[in-house]
Amino acid sequence: MVRGTSPLRIPGIIRPAEISLTFEGQTLRAPEGESLAAALLAAGKRHLGDGPHAPRGLVCMMGVCQQCLVRVEGRLVQACLTPVREGMRVSAA
Amino acid sequence: MTAIWDIAVLGAGPAGMAAATEAAQRGAKVVLLEESPAPGGQVYRAPPPGFVMPADADRRAGDGLRAALAASGAAQRLGVRIWGVGGGPLVPAGEAPAPFRLDGLDAEGRPFDLTARALLLCTGTQERIIPFPGWTLPGVMGLAAATILFKAQGMLPGRRVVVAGAGPLLYAVAAKLLKHGAAVAAVVDLASHGEWLRALPALSARPDLLARGAAWRAQLLLKGVPVHAGARITAAEGDAVLEAVRVQKLQGGPERRIEADSLCIGHGLVPAIEASRAFRARHRYEPGLGGWVPALDAEFRSTVPGLLVAGDGAGLRGAAAAPASGRIAALAALRDLGLMSSATHAVASAPHRRDFAQAARAGGAMAAMMALRPALVAAIPPETLVCRCEGVTRAAIDAALDEGALSMNQLKQFSRCGMGPCQGRLCGEAAAELLARRVGGREAAGFATGRLPLRPVPMDALLGEFDYADIPVPAAAPI
Repeated sequence: MVRGTSPLRIPGIIRPAEISLTFEGQTLRAPEGESLAAALLAAGKRHLGDGPHAPRGLVCMMGVCQQCLVRVEGRLVQACLTPVREGMRVSAA
Repeated sequence: MTAIWDIAVLGAGPAGMAAATEAAQRGAKVVLLEESPAPGGQVYRAPPPGFVMPADADRRAGDGLRAALAASGAAQRLGVRIWGVGGGPLVPAGEAPAPFRLDGLDAEGRPFDLTARALLLCTGTQERIIPFPGWTLPGVMGLAAATILFKAQGMLPGRRVVVAGAGPLLYAVAAKLLKHGAAVAAVVDLASHGEWLRALPALSARPDLLARGAAWRAQLLLKGVPVHAGARITAAEGDAVLEAVRVQKLQGGPERRIEADSLCIGHGLVPAIEASRAFRARHRYEPGLGGWVPALDAEFRSTVPGLLVAGDGAGLRGAAAAPASGRIAALAALRDLGLMSSATHAVASAPHRRDFAQAARAGGAMAAMMALRPALVAAIPPETLVCRCEGVTRAAIDAALDEGALSMNQLKQFSRCGMGPCQGRLCGEAAAELLARRVGGREAAGFATGRLPLRPVPMDALLGEFDYADIPVPAAAPI
């Protein structure tokens, strides 16, 4: 399990209670409502899938580039536009 | 929904929020549509519900616009994805003119549509990143992405970061990283010191910006952050994720290797013109405004009747100019719809036109710093991916050009560049510049025809739930 504490989360910010989600079967903790792209980054999950001839990861954070596509419950979503929820099952796409 | 809105505003950044507020306060039926869960746009992006962050100047400016919007009575549809546009000039030939129609998915992924007599596009910008070896490594992200991580998520992009590219975002991101205890391994600025000095006279119209910029630079000096001016990233390196970058002066010379776990890089901003392209509005190429922009009159009317475009999507002029442009456009729409007299309009619009002119001067100087630099495109090596969605390299694009592709549409058809889910938003600038070098400029290269859907949407969400028994079966033709 990857705990919700991450050196990338800026201290001094009040955040909602942590929830659990899984990425590729591994349990991660993140504050509820955090962007899935940010939660994965904080957990050290930078490689989110593979495009033709290159890996994919977080690039634009604003729903434009489609590089952070992952599967949530099997459906393709843009991680940067998806808030994390309790029990979310995420896999690389 | 059968109601017809007076004005639909697409995009709730500073321009869209101000436009919807202005029109609703004056009694128009206004709906504001936004992809994010809260209004603000990228510059005034709000954190998610339950996140409480210390307020800075941007946050306060955004909160002011949000409060006025909430009090204005404008309807807000947030977390929606608008994928389809219709009506207006897209009504099939021979059919009666119809209002604008927008098709979208709501926050729960259910389809909806609405119609409006006027449509105001406030879709802002996206970041330009010119490809370089290793730019696909996880850990390489946009400068704008870093600012969104800071202000909307309270998150750092890395612990040891190289910040590179062009424009004021460079120093904003570097200063934020330092403030929150991350190491800035280097700032790599395409602009020389001389270019910044030449921008100063225009910036003096905005002493607040100058002071903020000076404070950012002072922090870098204080912390001893190396600033490489007139330099570029030649490569990002790493096994599976980013481990280091290579830096070189623009005029050449030795490369320096700098270790980092994150590279935040941006080569300027580009107006997001998908919707105005889909409506076949006329566009013009203005490098100083970010590239292709809709052709607009002084009150932001496009060449399509009833279609207006405001904010940075109409040409880069910055966040301070955006609300004024939104208000000018909203007032123009009210007058064109017959909801406001010419006399009232003239009085109401005049102060915003003055505000816009002043703020646009400083914003325009910044946009010029962020203009595309053809030398970066020329330096893309043959084996480097340009189109990441479809895996198209520089060499494949050159081959398509050798085979005779003369327009962006042809280049797309020959090479698949821009045919993937990002629909050319990430690769389009580099591809167009490569084509422009062959055909004599960006005007000649043009842009790919605007196509629906404006954003990728799942097919089943569009179809909705249905029963096969509900599908009408035409009677069999007589034999």
